[in-house]
Amino acid sequence: MNKKAPDNKGHFGVYGGRFVPETLMPALIELEAAYNKYKKDKTFVKDLTSLQKDYIGRPTPLYFAKRLSEALGGAKIYLKREDLCHTGAHKINNALAQALLAKKMGKSRIIAETGAGQHGVATATGAALVGLECEIYMGSEDIRRQSLNVFRMKLLGAKVTEVNVGSRTLKDAINEALRDWTTNVRDTHYVLGTVFGPHPYPVMVRDFQSVIGKEARQQILKAEGKLPDCLIACVGGGSNSIGLFYAFLQDNVRMIGVEAGGHGIESGEHAARFAGGSLGVFQGCKSYLLQNDDGNVLGTHSVSAGLDYASVGPEHCFLRDVKKIEYTYATDDEALKAFELLSKTEGIIPALESAHAVTEAVKTAPAMSKDSIIIVNLSGRGDKDVQEVARIKGIEL
Amino acid sequence: MSRITQAFNKLKKAGRKALIPYIMSGDPSLEDTKRFIADLDEAGADIIELGVPFSDPLADGPTIQRAHERALQRGTTLRKVLTFVREIRQTSQIPLILMTYYNPVFKFGIEAFVKEAVSAGVDGVIIPDLIPDEAEDFIKLARQHKLDTIFLLAPTSTPDRIKKVVKASTGFIYYVSITGITGAKLTVGDPMKDTLTSIKSNTDKPIAVGFGISNPEEAAEVAKLADGVIVGSAIVRLIAEGKDIKDFVRSIKESLELKG
Ligand SMILES: Cc1ncc(COP(=O)(O)O)c(C=O)c1O
Repeated sequence: MNKKAPDNKGHFGVYGGRFVPETLMPALIELEAAYNKYKKDKTFVKDLTSLQKDYIGRPTPLYFAKRLSEALGGAKIYLKREDLCHTGAHKINNALAQALLAKKMGKSRIIAETGAGQHGVATATGAALVGLECEIYMGSEDIRRQSLNVFRMKLLGAKVTEVNVGSRTLKDAINEALRDWTTNVRDTHYVLGTVFGPHPYPVMVRDFQSVIGKEARQQILKAEGKLPDCLIACVGGGSNSIGLFYAFLQDNVRMIGVEAGGHGIESGEHAARFAGGSLGVFQGCKSYLLQNDDGNVLGTHSVSAGLDYASVGPEHCFLRDVKKIEYTYATDDEALKAFELLSKTEGIIPALESAHAVTEAVKTAPAMSKDSIIIVNLSGRGDKDVQEVARIKGIEL
Repeated sequence: MSRITQAFNKLKKAGRKALIPYIMSGDPSLEDTKRFIADLDEAGADIIELGVPFSDPLADGPTIQRAHERALQRGTTLRKVLTFVREIRQTSQIPLILMTYYNPVFKFGIEAFVKEAVSAGVDGVIIPDLIPDEAEDFIKLARQHKLDTIFLLAPTSTPDRIKKVVKASTGFIYYVSITGITGAKLTVGDPMKDTLTSIKSNTDKPIAVGFGISNPEEAAEVAKLADGVIVGSAIVRLIAEGKDIKDFVRSIKESLELKG
């Protein structure tokens, strides 16, 4: 269906492309060539597949959430358990593959940005595994609310550099990572953590995450003998969602991406790019962007650090235009409720990011028939959020 | 012929090199910027680069990042800077270049921006996160309305990239002297000489070198290799400290006049 997207310069319709300092262009061209070579390289594919199995723990289960389904009284809800990946989220699917690629490319160092800390932990893990030096950029606001992950990264041997400018969250960490890459581009690979940034990142990260949907499609056919009616995933940059959706794009399946509604759209304190943004160019690509009339990027808010970002992957904009994927949002309060609901009904504490996807299932499932099926991508586990949720509830640990 | 091309032609005839200082519009206020432009002109600037602040200046180091922040806090916008240039043009004919990031221009509308900029008296534009590959429409409009489009090259640039950037640039070509961001430490060495030689073998267009030039000695050394020298962070730092910029700019100017 989207055979022509992206074109050879990374344009998904009007979205995507490459908007970076000229210094980085040779590196992006080199990366694109290396990716195109190694994705067809038998040894690389074999190495990656065996690490996915023995190290990440793939395939991750597709679990029927019976008690949650019963509590909601409608569709059968299945959870794709990316929270059971090594390091606790889908981020490792991409980070490990890119670390492997960086090694093949002869780079000695990898860097990454991180919001929730999951991508930082995943990248630090990849670096430790293949033997690369590693530096992670993280906004000071995120360092505060995800302190557990900061310590994990350090244990894994990575240097964590605090970013103290701008809104001190994910976008500022990306700026700083891009500055580092611009300075150290010859020996450093930038492990971007989502389907964003300049070409080839949106395509490459999508491909590395598409294993989620490939597995889920087989698993649901095996369990139910039919395709699901609906897929739901949260959308930060958009990697876990596109990872689940991609294998179903040719099917007649409803797909819903859930953005961070923060304190609500009217409050202006959110990260719902489709509900509140407009076309812009930011951090390497053209996409929906939360910006003011002068083209400056607005501050965002979400209880979940991993969704707290002003723009969204260009392919999502394209798939929204062609009406393949719908986008909605969940507020902080809704996500916190879903966080507790899943914990209590299923004994699974989800990441706050993933709790946004669960929220949408809570809203959608009751109106659906009992033989219909929803797959929710449980992108990560909630251990990293336990402290922050306690703080929000006013509980001292 | 554009004011920028005229300036380079004149300098070339005289066997001299262009001094191109950079300051941030609205840092700390547009009133001050007006005064700084007069100071720079008096101290011997040949062309002036005016920064337009953006929330996420990813090609800039800490010094200029902070200037973006200060200017934004004062409510400086692209629209206000265009009005400001119109006002400057009533008293000064010094060539003026706007240096900003792509999103403010994109949000303004590229056609509206090119028209307004030219009508206000802007001579050229530098957008570090816009590469020629993504600038087809922008270049077309700029040619049509006679606005110079200055693109950047870097120590990492390959022969292919050099050809592309040289072709897309008018006024001059901006050679980024270091693999890095503004304000980083400069080293003038063989890689720089080699890339500049390779650029020159592709074009007769003037080449100005910037990023990291912070004193008269460095300026003099770079001037031997190029047609112009761009000095940004060092001046922005003086402004941030509330210090006079005229003497410093004059000392750079003098270093360029010394025959090496
Ligand atoms: C558990 C989890 N889910 C989702 C996200 C959002 O990213 P993406 O939209 O790329 O999946 C993050 C980002 O940090 C995350 O840690």
